[in-house]
Amino acid sequence: MESFLNAFVVLSNFVLIPGLAYGAQLALGALGVTLVYAVLRFSNFAHGDLMAFGTMATILGTWWLQSMGVGFGPLPTALLVLPLGILAAVLLVLGTDRVVYRFYRRRRAAPVVFVIVSVGVMFIYNALVRFFIGVEDRRFEDGERFIIRPNEFEALTGLSEGLALRTSQLITVVVTLVAVVALFWFLQRTRTGKAMRAFSDNEDLALLSGIDPKRVVLITWALAATLATLAGVLYGLDKSFRPFNYFQLLLPIFAAAIVGGIGKPFGAVIGGFVVAFSEVGLTYAYRRVLGHVLPDEWMPSGLAQLLSTDYKFAVSFIILVLVLLLRPTGILRGRVI
Amino acid sequence: MKKLIAATAVAALMTAPALAQDDGIPVGIILGFTGPLESIMPNMGNAAELAFTEASESGQLLGGRTIEAIRADSTCIDAAAATAAAERLITSDEVVALMGPDCSGVTTAVVNNVSVPNGVPTVSPSATSPALSTIEDQGLFFRTAPSDARQGQVIAELLDERGVDEVAVTYTNNDYGKGLADSFASAFEALGGSVLISAAHEDGRADYSAEVGALSASGADMLAVFGYADGGGRGIVQASLDTGAFDQFVFGDGMFGESIIEAIGSELDGRVIGAVPGTDNDGAQAFADMTSGTSVDSTGTYAGESYDAAALIVLAMQAAGDATRAGIAEQMMNVANAPGEQIGPGEIGRALEIIAGGGDVDYVGATGIELIGPGEAAGSYRIFEIDNGEIVTLGFR
Repeated sequence: MESFLNAFVVLSNFVLIPGLAYGAQLALGALGVTLVYAVLRFSNFAHGDLMAFGTMATILGTWWLQSMGVGFGPLPTALLVLPLGILAAVLLVLGTDRVVYRFYRRRRAAPVVFVIVSVGVMFIYNALVRFFIGVEDRRFEDGERFIIRPNEFEALTGLSEGLALRTSQLITVVVTLVAVVALFWFLQRTRTGKAMRAFSDNEDLALLSGIDPKRVVLITWALAATLATLAGVLYGLDKSFRPFNYFQLLLPIFAAAIVGGIGKPFGAVIGGFVVAFSEVGLTYAYRRVLGHVLPDEWMPSGLAQLLSTDYKFAVSFIILVLVLLLRPTGILRGRVI
Repeated sequence: MKKLIAATAVAALMTAPALAQDDGIPVGIILGFTGPLESIMPNMGNAAELAFTEASESGQLLGGRTIEAIRADSTCIDAAAATAAAERLITSDEVVALMGPDCSGVTTAVVNNVSVPNGVPTVSPSATSPALSTIEDQGLFFRTAPSDARQGQVIAELLDERGVDEVAVTYTNNDYGKGLADSFASAFEALGGSVLISAAHEDGRADYSAEVGALSASGADMLAVFGYADGGGRGIVQASLDTGAFDQFVFGDGMFGESIIEAIGSELDGRVIGAVPGTDNDGAQAFADMTSGTSVDSTGTYAGESYDAAALIVLAMQAAGDATRAGIAEQMMNVANAPGEQIGPGEIGRALEIIAGGGDVDYVGATGIELIGPGEAAGSYRIFEIDNGEIVTLGFR
C-alpha cells in the first residue's frame, strides 16, 4: 500500500500538480482566444503578447507596491495589483480596436485580413512590452512560496517521497475556477452574455433583433483582455515572466482552443487540460513511479520516458496537426478554421 | 542605392582624416553584455579596460601611444549577432585585436567566420570548450581560460574524493555545456563513478520542472549543473529545490556568480560545491589589491582572465614593435611564457619598458597564466561552496 502511495506522490509532484496548474493557465488563455474567435471571427495572434502586456503592467505595479513596503501577507503582492493590470490590458485592446480593428470591421474585411492585422498588432505589443520592461527573465512571486515543502510532507506522512505544493499553483487553480464559473454564468444568464452568444451564432439576425454590435465587441475585448491578464499573471507567478516565452505560449493556447472546439468556451477549458497533461505526461520519465509499484525484475532499464523534454513544444504542435486532420471541429464541435 | 553609396563615401571621406590623426590604437572588447551571462560581463569588460588604461597611462606603449578600447556585444549565445558585431569591430573600427568573445559557441563562430578570414588575433578570457583546442585558427586564437577538458577532470576528482559515485548531469545545450558534460563524464567514469543520466536543457524557458522530473527519475542524489547562472541552470536548480528532486549540487564555472545566490537565496546554503578557474598565486592577491577602489571586482568570474587577455594583447603589440594584427598574433606566446622577467598584474608599464629595451618578459598576471599547446591557459581551479549566502573558497587545484 505504501509503495502505491509513494508512486502516487511522485506522480502528483511531477505530473498531476504541475499539469493541473499549467492546464488552468492554458485554459484561461484559450478562453480569450476562443471568445475573440466566436464573436469577432478571427484568430487573434496578438493574444500571447496581450498576456505579456497585462502581466507587465501587474509586475510594474507590484514593484511599486513593494517599494512602498506594501505586501499581501502570505499571498503574492501581484494579486493586489491584478485589477490594475487587467485595466491596463483592457484599455490597450480597446485602444487597438478603436484605431486598428474598427477600420477593417467597417470595411467588412475577410477574416484572413484580420488574422494578418493581428500579427501586426502582435509585433507592436511585443515591442511595447520590451520597451517598458525589457527582455529579461523576471520572477515576481513573493509572500510564502510554499503551502507544503517536500521535506515537510515527508516528515508529516512518513512516506519516502516528498510532495511540493506551491502557493502559486493553488492560486492558479482557485482563480481559474472562479473566473471560469463567473464567465459561464455571464454568458448563460445575463442579457449581455446572451447577446454575445446570439451575435456569435448569427450576426445579421442578432443585429435585426436590436443587439448593439459596438457593445458586444467592447465587452468581448474587455473579457479577452481580462482572461489574458489572468492567464499571464498566473503563469508568471507559477513559472517566470519573460516576454519571449509568452509569445511562444501562443502555440499551446491555440492548440488548446482548437482541440476543444474553437468558439466553444467549455471546449477551451477541456482543451487546456488536454494539451497540458499531454505535454507534461508524455515528457515525464516514469522510472521512479514504476520503481515503487513494479517488482525489481520488471523494472525497465531506461527512464521509461516517451519523449525527451526537448520535444515539449512539439507535443502541442502534434496535437494541433492531429486534431485538424482527424476532427477539425475539435472535441465539442466548434467551427472549422 | 546610388545615393546611399555616395553618401557613405562622403561620410567615409569625412571621417577618415579624423581617424588618422587619432593616436589611439583600436582594440575590440567583444563580450556578452546582454544574454545569459550578462551579470558578469560588465566586470570583465572593466577588467580588460583596466589593463588597457594601465598601458596607455604608462607612456611606454610604442613610444607613448594609447589604446582605444571599443566594446561590442557578443550576446553569448547568438552566433549571428556575435559575428556581425565582430565584423563591425574589424572592418569599421579597424581593431588590431579582439579581447573576447566570451562563450564557446559564439567564440567558435567569430574565430571561423571573422578572425581567421581577416587575420585578427582573438584572445578569449572565458571560452572553455574542449573543441576550441583543435579549431583551425592559423595561430590567431588564444584563450586565458583553460579548456573544460581540465575542468571536467577537476570536478570528477572533487566528487570522487567526497565519496560521490552516482550523479545526474544536466548541461546547457551548446558547445560549452556539451563539451564540459562529456569531459566530466569520461573523467568521472575513469575514476569509477557513474553518470546515470546526462540531459541537455535549453536556456530561457519559463519552466524546468519536466527536465528536473526526468533527471530525478534516474535515482541519483546529486545533480551536476553545467549551465549558466542567469539562464537555464538557475531554473533547473530552482525547480529541483522546489520539487525536492535534488538537494545536492555541483556547479561548473558557468554557474558561479553572486546572482544565483541573490535569485535563489538561502536554500543553496551547504548544498553546493563547484569549481571555477582561479589561482592562489601572488597574482590573485596583487590583482585584488590593485583593483580595490576601482570599478573592477577582482573576485568576479573571469575578471583576472579578462585583465590578462587585455595585458597579453598590449605586451604582444609592444614585442612586435608595431600595432599590427600579424605582429600581435606572432608574439603572443613569447610574452606569455618563459624565458623572461616575470610580470604580475599592475606591472604592465614595467613590462613594456623591458620589452622596449630589448628584454624578454614572462607574463604571469592575475591568474598565473601559462599558454600551452594551441595557445590556451594550462588551468588552475578554485573550489568553492556556498554557505550562509556567500561563496566560500575551499582550496585550489
